[in-house]
Amino acid sequence: MNILRKKSEANLPFSETVIETFIRLCGISSIIFVFGIFFFVFREGAGFLFNGLDLKEFLTSVEWQPTSLNNKRYGAFALIVGTFSVTVLAMCIAVPFGLGAAIFVSEFCSPKLRETFKIVIELLAAIPSVVWGFIGLTLMNQLIIVVFNAPIGLTMLNGGIMLALMSVPIIVSIAEDALKAVPDSYREAAEALGATRWQVVYRVLLPAAKNGLLAAVLLGAARSIGETMAVLMATGHSVNIPSGPLSWIRTLTATIAAELGEVARGDEHYQVLFIIGILLFTITFVVNLIADLVIKGIRQE
Amino acid sequence: MNTDTQTSPQTMFTETAISRQKRHIENVMRVFLFVITSLMIIPLLLIIGYLFYKALPVLSLDFLFTNPKDNMRAGGLWAPFLGTIYLVVVSLLVSAPIGVFAAVYLNEYARDNWFTRITNLAVVNLAGVPSIVHALFGVGAFVLFAGLGESILAASLTLAIMTLPVIIASTTEALKAVPMSFREACWNLGATRWQTIRRIVLPNSISGILTGVILQVSRAAGETAPIMFTGAVFYKAIAEGDLFAYNIVEQCMALSLHLFTISTQVPDVTEGIPYGTAIVLVGTVLLVNAAAIVLRVYLRTRKKW
Repeated sequence: MNILRKKSEANLPFSETVIETFIRLCGISSIIFVFGIFFFVFREGAGFLFNGLDLKEFLTSVEWQPTSLNNKRYGAFALIVGTFSVTVLAMCIAVPFGLGAAIFVSEFCSPKLRETFKIVIELLAAIPSVVWGFIGLTLMNQLIIVVFNAPIGLTMLNGGIMLALMSVPIIVSIAEDALKAVPDSYREAAEALGATRWQVVYRVLLPAAKNGLLAAVLLGAARSIGETMAVLMATGHSVNIPSGPLSWIRTLTATIAAELGEVARGDEHYQVLFIIGILLFTITFVVNLIADLVIKGIRQE
Repeated sequence: MNTDTQTSPQTMFTETAISRQKRHIENVMRVFLFVITSLMIIPLLLIIGYLFYKALPVLSLDFLFTNPKDNMRAGGLWAPFLGTIYLVVVSLLVSAPIGVFAAVYLNEYARDNWFTRITNLAVVNLAGVPSIVHALFGVGAFVLFAGLGESILAASLTLAIMTLPVIIASTTEALKAVPMSFREACWNLGATRWQTIRRIVLPNSISGILTGVILQVSRAAGETAPIMFTGAVFYKAIAEGDLFAYNIVEQCMALSLHLFTISTQVPDVTEGIPYGTAIVLVGTVLLVNAAAIVLRVYLRTRKKW
């Protein structure tokens, strides 16, 4: 890209210099914003994080009583378990569907059908999370009550299904890219040996694309961990260590969304919510970083 | 070669047990994967159909142009709908220039070095930050630190930063699609980098850039968590039919938050109104997305190179 660019950059007109500076500034804006997000969330929570919060209790206790008058407790363990259990459940549903669809769209499909499916998946990805929450609250709630004969349908299962539907599009699109990145010569070699399409997929493509598929699952999981409105509305929103798919739970994200509106600024409770925010930011940052490294790994091969 | 094998390749080799099994598995897997993929259409159709069916009694033009009434138990969607438009437009005005120029930098200026890799990583991570963390950032940075208070401006800036990666990603795609020879020809005529970008690169990728901008609109219109604490309120009365009823330093209602409020916080809402709100929100978002898809297909058909 840069071969022909060594122009006499010293005598550019002034307006050009201004524009180039502006472009460079925009270019690094993402870095500024990522640091800014960490800085400002950290800034609001830092006081209590270093001075007052019992970190061991925060990470291991199940007692979340931030509004109690004489016995305030900030144990987020149940919230962490809630977030991870609903994410695991969502992945159990979304991964087979997501990878299956990606394989079908990339390897078995006619071009016309592929376009149709991709549009459907794109539209599925566009549905706002509050609408998924609303579906969980109404349609899925009644379905679970009828099917499982449960007293109430706002459960981990409900939230898991909603999260699965939201993360399937991400898994499909990234997994499809990973399968496409496998060189055609691999497919041709396998087919020349008499392999059927499925044998090519199972024996050649899946092993060759396994890093990309892993990244797809990781990014789907990151989406589930960070999702707020759907889990707030569909999981019952009750602090509880789940005993099965039909128990209700509360997640880290939903706790912030439900409680931030009711706390006074600078309050311990207010700061704890920002500390949860730091925790969430760190978790998704690490997951995204791993996914990115995994993808970079393939490119270098 | 005898004629028999030419008419039917199957009989060229005798089918062994293994190859029969192979063919069998192949067919089963093909059908299985097809069913799995098709299952994804069902929730989409089901959701739209269900919401539409339940919303039918309230849907009318009046529903869109009247304010919510009786503590939001009745009435229409005018205030939240207009609020969403304000939030989307203001956030677009901020994120579109920054996003497009960020992509221009990454694609036209940045060299392939560690700094560029970090910038790209930052874009990926910005896209992965949970929406509620964006909300906390908005509260910390815009509402409190910048002193904007809870306002349309603060909420829109939060939305703008959240949707920035959408624009950067699709603009980068669009810029990459412009052939290198276009730029080289322009440079050879003595044009500077910016002249090349302005006269050659941007005009040739404008439709792709527009697609990204449209997707940003759809994303921003549906978000709830980032605006909850930065500028959207449960209820605010405004003049019906007045497009300039909101002031950007004040709070507003929003469709997404309104759906959350009336379906979880307000008792005895007229049956149908939450469904109507949901179908208006989904309909808006899907229409905007469909526009992006149509634009992309149109673009592909008239591509000149």
